[in-house]
Amino acid sequence: MVCQVCGKNPATVHFTEIHDNKMSEIHVCERCAEEKGLHAASKKHKFDIADLLANMVDGMTTTDEERVGHVQCPRCGMVYSGFKETGRLGCAECYTAFQFQLRPLLRRIHGDTRHRGKVPTRDGEGVTRSRQIHRLHDELQRAVEREEFEHAAGIRDEIKRLESGTPSAPPAGEKPQ
Amino acid sequence: MNPSNGASPPASFDALIARPSPWLSGQGPHADLVLSTRIRLARNLHSVPFTHRARDEQLQGVLLSVAGAAQRSRAFENGLLLRMTEMSPIERQILVERHLVSHELGDGVKPRGIMIAADESLSLMINEEDHLRLQAMTPGFQLAEAWSRADAADDELDQSLDFAFSEEIGYLTSCPTNAGTGLRASVLIHLPALVLVEEIQKVLKSIMEVGLNVRGLYGEHSEVMGNLFQISNQTTLGRSERESIERLERVTREIIETEERARERMMRDARVQIEDKVWRAYGTLRYCRSIHSREVINLCSAVRLGVALSMPGLCHLRVINELLVLTQPAHLQRLFGGDLSPGERNVYRAQIVRERLASAERETEA
Ligand SMILES: [Zn+2]
Ligand SMILES: [Zn+2]
Repeated sequence: MVCQVCGKNPATVHFTEIHDNKMSEIHVCERCAEEKGLHAASKKHKFDIADLLANMVDGMTTTDEERVGHVQCPRCGMVYSGFKETGRLGCAECYTAFQFQLRPLLRRIHGDTRHRGKVPTRDGEGVTRSRQIHRLHDELQRAVEREEFEHAAGIRDEIKRLESGTPSAPPAGEKPQ
Repeated sequence: MNPSNGASPPASFDALIARPSPWLSGQGPHADLVLSTRIRLARNLHSVPFTHRARDEQLQGVLLSVAGAAQRSRAFENGLLLRMTEMSPIERQILVERHLVSHELGDGVKPRGIMIAADESLSLMINEEDHLRLQAMTPGFQLAEAWSRADAADDELDQSLDFAFSEEIGYLTSCPTNAGTGLRASVLIHLPALVLVEEIQKVLKSIMEVGLNVRGLYGEHSEVMGNLFQISNQTTLGRSERESIERLERVTREIIETEERARERMMRDARVQIEDKVWRAYGTLRYCRSIHSREVINLCSAVRLGVALSMPGLCHLRVINELLVLTQPAHLQRLFGGDLSPGERNVYRAQIVRERLASAERETEA
């Protein structure tokens, strides 16, 4: 048997790897094994997310994709297309800036988009407000799905107001658009 | 309450590595199957871009404030702070081999560091993929214990650090695969019988079907050696920490039972062959003159099985566990006190293994 890496030397080292939920036998020569090292491909990580994103059937047209790709985080300057390449977000604010793109991705990864774990102990203030914002985001998502864009725009304004801390929105229907 | 189990705090890197990692002690529930249990929590500071996008001055600031918060906490009382930039590649690799540091942190270019609790049961990587990676590690199968340590340390750090958190998504992490709880709970488990009776594929498949993840000894995409598997939760959203941990606990218990049943069957049907395999492995380790680290790990698997099956005359689990780490390249070169070529390493490794086993034999005789 020849080495699966260099294809030249005889394979004397045999080991097992888990890839894509399958265990497989790898046969390599002593030299390639040494080069490959014990700590093989820890760099592969970022491509997992890129693959996931690439495989997501989201029915976007190329122009849609281009537009989405240019969405930018106002705080760290990360553009969405940059995240798609690296699989890493730039800052905490990116989660808000890319929320519409991230939500389906989070669902794909975790099967859920809602945190149900512990909460920072110091987080007392603002929790009610953020819970409200959180509900509005759900409503917004539904509105977008039903293509009620006018309603969605209203919700978006409401979210912005809450996030900036401005008190009390005018009753729905009274605001322009 | 003093969490350190009698160990005096390490004053330096040298003092730290002069003693074996406590998670190798071979003690704790089910230690004959589960080598160690780990809980990791990922956290970021709200005001600073994630590590890969922050400037070095910002990372320097993160290092200072996180290390400061840790030093003020009871969890890291008398702990040791190491800065990656001040360490040699070998020293950093030693921390990787002890499972204290990830490969990413081990590259040592950016302002990164690690805070290690006095008894090494807790560690805190600073400026890894996330600003904070808090890790609790115990020997044996002790998920609840590891979780309560990590949880308590996290609460303490939270008192003085402003973590990036949103109510909807939870703790915000650099990679969305960790967002939510930021939790990775994992057990390192030895499954030689399931491999021997060729039921392992079925077991791995069932583990993955319930949404858990299986990896090799050194984490993501690393190879499976010595029949050692790392099982961990895969997802961090939609489930609380406790739910994730309980599920891992339940699945691990089932795997332990399956492995134990396979061992019983093996011993009933092929006792002599198993004993022969164990003792040949021991003999090779005890008398070899040149040996690759992979072979050490694989032979140790057989000896570990023998110890777990209470075969008389073998060494303590601790000795086998320690060999696993001690024979890795960086530990070996540190012990030797200089660089070794791969060939020289194999020779020196064989010498170390022989000496360890010989001294363990003297201990049991005494
Ligand atoms: Zn080769
Ligand atoms: Zn950002």
